[in-house]
Formats: sequence, C-alpha cells, structure tokens
Amino acid sequence: MITFLNHLINGISLGSIYAIIALGYTMVYGIAKMLNFAHGDVIMVGAYVCFFAVSSFGLHPVLGLVLAILICTLLGIVIEKLAYKPLRQATSLAVLITAIGVSYFLQNAAQLLWTSNPKMFPDLFGGAAIRLFDGRLTITVGTLVTIAACIIIMVVLTLFTGKTRMGKAMRACSEDKGAAQLMGINVNRTISVTFAIGSALAAIAGVLLCSAYPSLVPTTGSMPGIKAFTAAVFGGIGSIPGALIGGVLLGIIEIFAGAYISTQLSNAIVFLVLIVVLLVRPTGLLGKQIREKV
Amino acid sequence: MKKFVKIICMLTVLALALCCFAGCGAKKENTAIKIGGTGPLTGGAAIYGTAVYNAAKIAVEEINALGGIQFEVKYEDDTHDPEKAVNAYNSLKDWGMQVSLGSVTSKPAEATSTEANADNIFYLTPSGSSTNILGGVVNPLTGEVDIERKDNVFQMCFMDPNQGEASATYISEQKLGTKIAVIYKNDDVYSTGIYNSFKAKADALGLSIVSTTTFTEDTKTDFSVQVAAAKEAGADLVFLPMYYESAALILKEAKDTGYAPKFFGVDGMDGILTLDGFDTSLAEGVMLLTPFNADSEDEATKAFVAKYQEQFGDIPNQFAADTYDCVYAIYKALENGDALKNEDGTYNYNISASDLCDMLVEAFTAEGFTYSGLTGENMTWTVEGAVSKSPKGMVIQNGAYVGMD
Repeated sequence: MITFLNHLINGISLGSIYAIIALGYTMVYGIAKMLNFAHGDVIMVGAYVCFFAVSSFGLHPVLGLVLAILICTLLGIVIEKLAYKPLRQATSLAVLITAIGVSYFLQNAAQLLWTSNPKMFPDLFGGAAIRLFDGRLTITVGTLVTIAACIIIMVVLTLFTGKTRMGKAMRACSEDKGAAQLMGINVNRTISVTFAIGSALAAIAGVLLCSAYPSLVPTTGSMPGIKAFTAAVFGGIGSIPGALIGGVLLGIIEIFAGAYISTQLSNAIVFLVLIVVLLVRPTGLLGKQIREKV
Repeated sequence: MKKFVKIICMLTVLALALCCFAGCGAKKENTAIKIGGTGPLTGGAAIYGTAVYNAAKIAVEEINALGGIQFEVKYEDDTHDPEKAVNAYNSLKDWGMQVSLGSVTSKPAEATSTEANADNIFYLTPSGSSTNILGGVVNPLTGEVDIERKDNVFQMCFMDPNQGEASATYISEQKLGTKIAVIYKNDDVYSTGIYNSFKAKADALGLSIVSTTTFTEDTKTDFSVQVAAAKEAGADLVFLPMYYESAALILKEAKDTGYAPKFFGVDGMDGILTLDGFDTSLAEGVMLLTPFNADSEDEATKAFVAKYQEQFGDIPNQFAADTYDCVYAIYKALENGDALKNEDGTYNYNISASDLCDMLVEAFTAEGFTYSGLTGENMTWTVEGAVSKSPKGMVIQNGAYVGMD
C-alpha cells in the first residue's frame, strides 16, 4: 500500500511538471492555433538561465526563477516576432515546420554556448522532505511546490482568460481572428502576449523539471516537451483544465506502467493510452466537440 | 544559353580534375607516425573523449621528447554517435592515419572497428569495452558468435563480460551485500553487456538479485520507479552498470527517498566527481572497480597525474590512464621505434598503414610480449584481442577515490 502511495506521489509529481508544460502548449494552440514545438526548448533555456544564476552567480533560487521567467518571456517574444509573425498568413504546415526549425536552432545554439556536457542542476529546495510511516513514504518539498504551482497557474490562467480584457481579446482571437480584428482587437499584439505567457510558463516548468530531475543538457526539454504535448492532446488541446488533467494522468500512467508492468514498456504504454483515447474521443478528454457546418 | 551551361560544366570538371592533381602534388613525406582516434569531445560523454585526447597528447609528447621515433596524434569528435564516428574515422584516414586508437565509447567503437578491420589499420581502443568491438565472442544468450573476430582489433580496458564477472566475484568475495538490486540501461550495449555477465556470474556464485529494473535513452531522467523497486525489495547493494550521468541521478533519488544501500559501479562511474554542479557528498561510499588509481604511490602514476593536472587542471580518470598505456604499448610493440628504423638511422615514417598493422598485430600477440603501465603490471594480449590485467576495488571518500584493499 505504501509502495502504491509512493508511486502515486511520484506520478503526480511527474504529471504536474507535464501539466505546466502542457498549459503552455495549450495556451498557444488555443489562441494562435499553432503548435509551438519550440516550447520544449524554451524550457531548456529557462533551466540553463536558472542554473547559471544560482550556481555561477550565487543568486537566490527565487531570483534565479524570476530571471529565467524574464529571459524566457523575452525569448518567446523575439521568436514570435522573427519566426512566426511573418508567417501569420501562411499555411499552418509552414508555421509548424518553422517551429521545428526554431526548436533545432535553440538546441544547437545551447550546445554551442554551454556545450553538451551534462550539468547537475542544484536542488533548489535543499532536499527537504516530509517523511511518513517511519520514512517509508517520502514526499519532497519540490513535489509539493510543483503541484501547488501547477494548480495556481491553472487557476490564474482560467481567471485571466475569463475575466480580463486581454483574456477576452484572446478568446475572441481564438474563435475568429478576422472578426476579432473587425471589432478593434489588435490580433498581432494579442498573439504576442500569448507567446510571452507561454514562454514564462516554460521557464517555470524548466526550473521545476530540472529541480526534480537534475541532469541538464541541451536536449533536456525535448522529451518532456513531446510528453507534455501528448498530455495536452490527451486532455483536449486548447482546454486549460484539460491540460492539467491530461498532464497529471499521463504522469501517473507512466509511473504505474513502469512500476507494475515493465520499466521497458512504460513509454510505449503512455503512447498506447493516447492512441486509445484519441480513437474513442478524438478531441481529447475535455476538448470541445466541434461540429463542421456544411 | 545551353552552350554557356556546357562551358560552365566543362570548366567545373576541369577545375575538379586540377584539384585532384594538386592533391597529389601536395602530398608530403611523413615526419612522424600518424596516430588517430575518435571520441566524444563534445556531448554527454565528452568527459571521456577529452580525457583520452589529453592523455594521448601527453604520451606522444613524452615519446617525442626522447628524440627517437616521432608520433603525431589527432582526434576527431564523434559525440558518442556511431555514424559520426565513421565519418570521423574516414576523415582521419584522409589525413593519413597509420595507427588507430579506435573510438572512446563502445557504440562508436563497434562501428569504427569494423571499418578498421576492413582497411587493415591497427586498432587499439583504450576504453571501448563491448564484445562486439573485438568480435568472435560467444553470446551467452544464444551460444553463438554474432560477429566474426576482427583480427587487428585490440582493447586496453576490460571487456564488458569481464567487468560484470569481476564485479560479481568482488562483491561475493568481500561479502559486500546479500540482496542485490541492478538498474541498467537496456538500449545500451555497454550496460546490457555488463549486466548479462554479472547476472550469470552472480547466479553461479549464489548471490541473490532481488530487483532488476531498466531505463532507456528516453527515460533516463526519472528513476523514481527503479529506486523504489530496489528499496521495496530490501536490497542492501545496488549495482549500477552505467555511465556516471545516470548514476548521479540515481544517487540523488535514493537520497531524496531516504534509501541508503551500498552502491557499486563499473568504469563508467568514473567521472562522477568532476560532473558540473554535482554534490560529491552524494557519491560518498560509492564503490567501483577500476584498474587505475590516481592516488597510487607508484612513481609512473604520480608523474602522469602531476603532468596531467599541470596541463589540463583535472585529475586524470581511468580512461586517460588507459590511453596513456595504449600509446606506450604501441611504442613498446615497435621495439621503442627500432622496428621502423632504416639502415641510415632514420625512421620509416611512410610505411603503409596495412604493413604497420601486420607488424603490430604480430608484436602484440607474440609469445612473451608484456607491457606494464599505469593500469596494470605485465599485461598481455591474446589473439582474441582482450587484455589480461586485474581490476582494483575503489571507494569514494571525501570526494576522492581511495583503494579498497
């Protein structure tokens, strides 16, 4: 039973990180209707910024996180200006390929700048943990912070898109860009803000990811990025609560598959579940059912 | 327009042809025996590649300073990728490589050793430990030889099965643990090779393996399941046949979950102490089998460590020592250069790689050829290509290796 709880906590912890990354994916997709495959690499940049801030300049981890958020937000805006904005009228396929290009660019730039020697990310929570049942059940502070961050981010995002003017503009853009523009909404600016928010989320995710799994290399973001994308699709891409549920479920499935079936098959099982879900509910768990009007 | 294109084409062909001739004309007489090697100078395993390259430079410098035969060494980056390793090997061939120090890591070495076998270039890898590099080794699972013996390929380090067997024997002899857990990387030849032979030997010695879990390249960040399984099974010793970057994460996960068994690693564990940002207290008490001890009181080791530290600022690891030995073993096999001496006292630097290969293979496998270096006394090589030497048990104390015996 304790083992089960241990695995469950590990699963939720992994899943919360997927969820934060998935929230970034889903925001950008929901509003700009594009898959930002470079999202995983922005995560990596965020982690590196925090790593150098904390270990080379001796800054407080919170300052490191703030710095990572600032730089990633800036990076997100720059990427959007340079790579995606000129393609606003292009086909979605062209934008998708550009995103993959940006992803490779970031990875290789990171390799040039910081070499691909692995860096051990410092433990931002000092390894503090809550031990229950004579130390047989361990919950690290990092896990609790990750879960809390995940829920807070989701609530804030939901409120932001629901209540604020900018949020309303985003939802308008998401429904119909042309009509939104006619209503006097600055579509370009709205999309830029979306990217900025997505990238800030990526920075938070990067710091939490590396603090839980501390090996930092230029490809750190790519596999979690793909898994989180899976989570976003799983939960219904475009839906904010969907990303959270998808991420957490995916993390739990991954850990349980490894623990109770086979560590060799855990990844295969994760993607198998995705396929089954998509066959049964093509729009994901919480996705909107869109009826094509003919 | 068509005519214009034709002229351009012809000019291009002419230019290319000229380039060929220019290439021939530029060929110079060699002034040293050219030794080449490929290794991860960047990338996740870069710590090994750079150590090997640094040590090769030291050995070559020392030999050249003696004033006899001259060596020249060149390394190409393979980023621990077999395809890039073959490209790197080919560019070394274009450079005129006469002897190969092979590749540093196992997967690339499997690829380049096959090339070197086809080209008949003498191949002595310092650290590629998989059986598929040498070929001709019986697969314990099928009882068959998967890959033919590549007869000009030799190893300076232990072969993977030897590492697995030696680890199991050592654990059993020193009574280090009764319940053993193993975590290995099942998409990696190095890790699985050691695991298979460790398991076979452990079963034979009556060691009980209570938990076996795996991970792959794509799942090498989260070890919560594997560590939980070992903890749940009550293992008092965890065997980690893998490279240090994954081992570092396992050590951290174990500490976070309050699990403190003994950890036992293999030569891939070497390097963990110099990992960027790694908290060395995590590795306190980790044991590993390695043939080289940088703290040794031995004169040659002391001199090498001092020189390495002075030039590169690090303590050399086992890979560096193996490479240093490789260069000196080749030097010794050439009778300190006398084997290539012309009658007028100059050296035959223009010997073809293939002739040199035959000469070196014969020397290495000759009755009575032994070499004593940093990683062992009186090492010998069989025609199968494997080296015979005995490993030393090490334990990490206060952030440094200390001999266990």
